Amino acid sequence: MAWAGKLLRVNLTEGTCVSEPLNMDWAHTYIGQRGLGTKYLMEEIDPMVDPLSPENKMIMATGPLTGTNASTAGRYSVITKGELTGAIACSNSGGFFGNELKNAGWDMIIFEGKSPKPVYLFIQDDDAQLIDASDFWGKSCWDTEEGLKAKHGDEFIRVASIGVSGEKGVKYACIINDMDRAAGRSGVGTVMGSKNLKAVALRGTLGVKVKDREAFATAVAAGKAVLAENPVTGQGLPTYGTQVLMNVINESGALPTHNHQDVQFDGAHDISGEAMHEPRKSDGKPNLVSNAACFACTIACQRVSTIDRTHYTVKDRPEYHKASGGLEYEAAWSLGAATGVNDLDALTFANFICNEHGIDPITFGATLAAAMEMYEEGIIDDKITGGVKLTWGNAEALTTMVEQTCLVEGFGVELGLGSKRLCEKYGHPELSMAVKGQEFPAYDGRGIQGIGLAYATSNRGACHLRGYTIASEILGIPEKTDPLESDGKAGLVKAFQDATAAFDSAGVCIFTTFAWTADDLTPQMDAACEGEWTTERLLEIGERIWNMERQFNLAAGLTAADDTLPKRLLKDAAKTGPAKGKVSELGKMLPEYYEARGWSAEGVPTAETLERFGLS
Amino acid sequence: MQKSLHINPDNCTGCYQCVLACSDEHGGDFNPMKSRIQVFRFEDEGRYVPYTCTQCDEAWCQKSCPTDAIKIDANGAKVIEDALCVGCKVCTIACPFGTVNYNADSGKVIKCDLCGGDPACVKACPTDAITFINADTTGFDKMRAWAAKTDAGTQSA
Repeated sequence: MAWAGKLLRVNLTEGTCVSEPLNMDWAHTYIGQRGLGTKYLMEEIDPMVDPLSPENKMIMATGPLTGTNASTAGRYSVITKGELTGAIACSNSGGFFGNELKNAGWDMIIFEGKSPKPVYLFIQDDDAQLIDASDFWGKSCWDTEEGLKAKHGDEFIRVASIGVSGEKGVKYACIINDMDRAAGRSGVGTVMGSKNLKAVALRGTLGVKVKDREAFATAVAAGKAVLAENPVTGQGLPTYGTQVLMNVINESGALPTHNHQDVQFDGAHDISGEAMHEPRKSDGKPNLVSNAACFACTIACQRVSTIDRTHYTVKDRPEYHKASGGLEYEAAWSLGAATGVNDLDALTFANFICNEHGIDPITFGATLAAAMEMYEEGIIDDKITGGVKLTWGNAEALTTMVEQTCLVEGFGVELGLGSKRLCEKYGHPELSMAVKGQEFPAYDGRGIQGIGLAYATSNRGACHLRGYTIASEILGIPEKTDPLESDGKAGLVKAFQDATAAFDSAGVCIFTTFAWTADDLTPQMDAACEGEWTTERLLEIGERIWNMERQFNLAAGLTAADDTLPKRLLKDAAKTGPAKGKVSELGKMLPEYYEARGWSAEGVPTAETLERFGLS
Repeated sequence: MQKSLHINPDNCTGCYQCVLACSDEHGGDFNPMKSRIQVFRFEDEGRYVPYTCTQCDEAWCQKSCPTDAIKIDANGAKVIEDALCVGCKVCTIACPFGTVNYNADSGKVIKCDLCGGDPACVKACPTDAITFINADTTGFDKMRAWAAKTDAGTQSA
């Protein structure tokens, strides 16, 4: 129950699709999705493997709640060794694809090997087959999704695909499903491209069952009520999406600007959630058309936007006049504040392009910001950029470069490397604002101390979604901690990381945790899944998953030296705002964190810790 | 008082909670394709529209049924009597709105039956995009909004 009980193993080298029973012992120890997928990856690949070699595997995994009516329960994750980072990668996506996979009767798909020619996987319930994709190779994610629906004559097919960026090795290619939902980070789309796998198209009609229907209905209703009554999930996110944060974080002095040279952005309001509601001059309509939900989500944070039809980006391109996935906070920050661009329509256009062609807007914007700093400092010039002036705030540079990067043309080829490789190439590795090769999201570790530690220790490189201490440090959830204070943050980060790993494995969205604690998830898990599920068990599994991911990274060659932040955050004090004069106190927090985790001073889980979680 | 399902797409986020509730209520599992209510997503306009049977008074489906398998219950719902339904699908052709559909698993047709007077979709909708209200006054909310708009003295629209 809840789990479908089987997985699909797709050997791309051999062209075979084989059904296997799900390892239920592991399901009870790692839940599903992030935890269970990582367990399979750990067991099946050498962590030293080249991410783009056929020996790497890529797993698409749902959680036990995926496909049920628990709020937000439509999630799936892509687990692999990441091309951007060389670390464990696990990118979580919403939309409708995850439910469709579960409704077709599969908990996960394991892709192994490499197809000799471009293919896509087509699943109709029990029937799975690899089909020639030469008609779709070279096409965008949008054209691929529409093309596959047309080819199979079924508008209800759900598609996840890569664009040209994934085919040609852009280091941070995404997998896009349902047009604008993304398994976005760490280059999981690059791995998919290396396997000559263009898309996965699904049709599921088998239904998803739970253990105890009546108890599940009660638990789900209670969970939905908590989300509806909470000010963040009940009001803030539906009204403004994650963009509710732009002005809040700017005022906190933690909005990284100009490649983290500044911590506040003059143009923050212009690109904020509030601005998306304001009528524009040309047609009196706001940027925001509606808020939308992923499968089963009662929060509905997704933005649906249009670009001003008179804007330079689209005035001669009517194909971009339709509504599509609008700016989330992280993308608005990376495309906007990081680069100094305050043109909401240019940002929305760049966001559409990232979705259309499948690149991670966080890493793209942050990489462009690093390039802009190098350009402003004279490290790179017009000859290298193809004549495009990479000056702070230049919207046309943003919109030109996003297309060049997606299509792997011009200077976009170099931007497609990500900031670490790009800055190293030009002799300035210190200008890459990244951890383990993955760029920061939209919060500065000087003004919000806990998130700095969370970035440094995140198993998939810099990431806000591995331990979202912003909830506590800025929003006061579940209780307020001082963002400028580093005391006590080691324990806070660990608690967020462990709980998040459990939520990410269950099939629900991490945004539920603005309102839910593990105590709200427990009754839903317990009613849906065989066995007895308690909060203690969920959190223990979360901690087990965290330690397992750490084991993967250590075996992949990463060390404690990789648990660090760029010098800029450790040495250069914030210039303005509440954090003025502060640097990240990582040096103090990190040893406390290792100790709280039961790891040695070198960041290695002790034998006792591994024993405790059955990871020896 | 006769009540009817009233759908307001302006409020719909496309979350499928109604679809899941319907499938669970009637089939005991979560299977969107077997739901009697569907949500259609018009992505290019950012519009999401739930659609199901409106329970016509003079129902084409009922009139077309050769075995009289479609009955009217106490709530005015047109309900399929499975024992009589032979799966001929004539009602799926007769219905102008497409809201009666064949279910290959059972060999019968399925349609909205208002859940015996307490529709599961209504209870599941988080945004009041689907309500179950007095059939005689379904337009009153819209009338109130327009009344306020057309009255210069009303500020609370």
